[in-house]
Amino acid sequence: MLLITCPHCGPREETEFSYGGEAHIERPRQPDRMSDAEWADYLFMKSNTKGVFLERWLHSHGCRRWFNAARDTVTYEILAVYEIGTKPPALDPRDYV
Amino acid sequence: MKSRYSIFSLLRNALSYHEHWPQAWRSPEPKSSYDVVIVGAGGHGLATAYYLAKEHGITDVAVIERGWLGGGNTGRNTTIVRSNYLWDESAQLYEHALKLWEGLSRELNYNVMFSQRGVMNLAHNQHDLRELSRRINANRLNGVDSEFLSPDQVKRFCPVIDLRAGGRYPVLGASLQRRGGTARHDAVAWGYARAADARGVDIIQQCPVQGFKVESGRIRGVETAKGTIEARKVGIVVAGHSSVLAGMAGFRLPVTSLPLQALVSEPVKPVIDCVVMSGAVHAYISQSDKGELVIGAGVDKYVGYGQRGSLPVTEETLAAICELFPLFRRMRMLRNWGGIVDTCPDASPIISKTPVEGLYINCGWGTGGFKATPGSGWVFAHTIAKDEPHPLNAGFGLDRFTSGYLIDEHGAAAVAH
Repeated sequence: MLLITCPHCGPREETEFSYGGEAHIERPRQPDRMSDAEWADYLFMKSNTKGVFLERWLHSHGCRRWFNAARDTVTYEILAVYEIGTKPPALDPRDYV
Repeated sequence: MKSRYSIFSLLRNALSYHEHWPQAWRSPEPKSSYDVVIVGAGGHGLATAYYLAKEHGITDVAVIERGWLGGGNTGRNTTIVRSNYLWDESAQLYEHALKLWEGLSRELNYNVMFSQRGVMNLAHNQHDLRELSRRINANRLNGVDSEFLSPDQVKRFCPVIDLRAGGRYPVLGASLQRRGGTARHDAVAWGYARAADARGVDIIQQCPVQGFKVESGRIRGVETAKGTIEARKVGIVVAGHSSVLAGMAGFRLPVTSLPLQALVSEPVKPVIDCVVMSGAVHAYISQSDKGELVIGAGVDKYVGYGQRGSLPVTEETLAAICELFPLFRRMRMLRNWGGIVDTCPDASPIISKTPVEGLYINCGWGTGGFKATPGSGWVFAHTIAKDEPHPLNAGFGLDRFTSGYLIDEHGAAAVAH
């Protein structure tokens, strides 16, 4: 069970949250000019990072607000939480092979 | 040639207290170059090596593995084998695998304990019923055995089930694939390893890949902890770590790695002689030959590489098991564990060429790769040997994410993600 610190409500159990996948994926600025390959990359391809991963969470059984988190996908440690629309804090990369 | 396993070799070795069995496979140091290097010595990778040697005569093959043979998802799954998938492409691929399963112990001269005890998928509401009927009809059109069971027939087929399931998950019907069942997962890896080794394949364990040698868009070899191994062709079959290896070779995959959990109970006398699955409540159960109940749980919703899952997931599964099988309520669980599954957006695998020439990938099996082990290795070996997919896996290319021709098997995959 993860203990996730919602930036608005404080530490809560994982079961109160929904997962929103990778954060900071930018919507295409000119969708009418994109090739099929660019669409495939935007829609389907994932970073699926092993190490520090920036992701979105929704506090669905709490304040119902979205926020971002930086989490180590090997230790499952949550390294930082930060509000939607803000830049991620500087974190040391963690390399795993 | 290795000594054959038989009743006579068993008797002969019994005379010497089973102390002189020959080793099942060698553990050689890697040569400096091979025709083909397969990354990942799980069931799929070893099967690929075996079929490369057997079907295509390519025996200058190494299978390299960062941990130990069969120690990933091959040794962590719930051992269910079936082929009742919805779409034509999947039905044909999984059915091909099932047909290989049916002769596998004999072919490998290794008892994989394949037991066609019947796999039942339950329906708990009207939508499940419609979905199930649709899938049964699709299966039959594809020559896959599949039949509908009414609640009474479900009770007769599996008497320990509570059709009311506490009122929470009433059983309104089920699909049954009688040819489906279970197999001993470790034996599959060991059997393929022994058979591939007998044909000259080198299996190299404790040898993690650190990078790929690519020159002008063509694969030249693999950088490993045991030095550089040159290769004409390389196949990646590493399940949860597919994105990591693809990243080393410079391309991206539509794969998400999620922890999937399973658990086993204390051993008891035979009580359930079939496989019961319920996609709606995320629970599936069978009984191993040792007597343990083998229970499959769901996936954690977040990306993970830690080979362990979260407690709420197993709790939800066990709650459903207790509703469906009230007599298991006082059973104690012996162990639980997690494996990292490589899920695809359409819940179908990728068995494909890649943007790097001579580099092939077999991944995206998600929550249900074990059942396909022989078929997966068979088509992947063909793809590597001929440098083009077999008709059975032509639909499972990476290019389907560009063309949009997805093969949506979320209904048949039984674990939602």
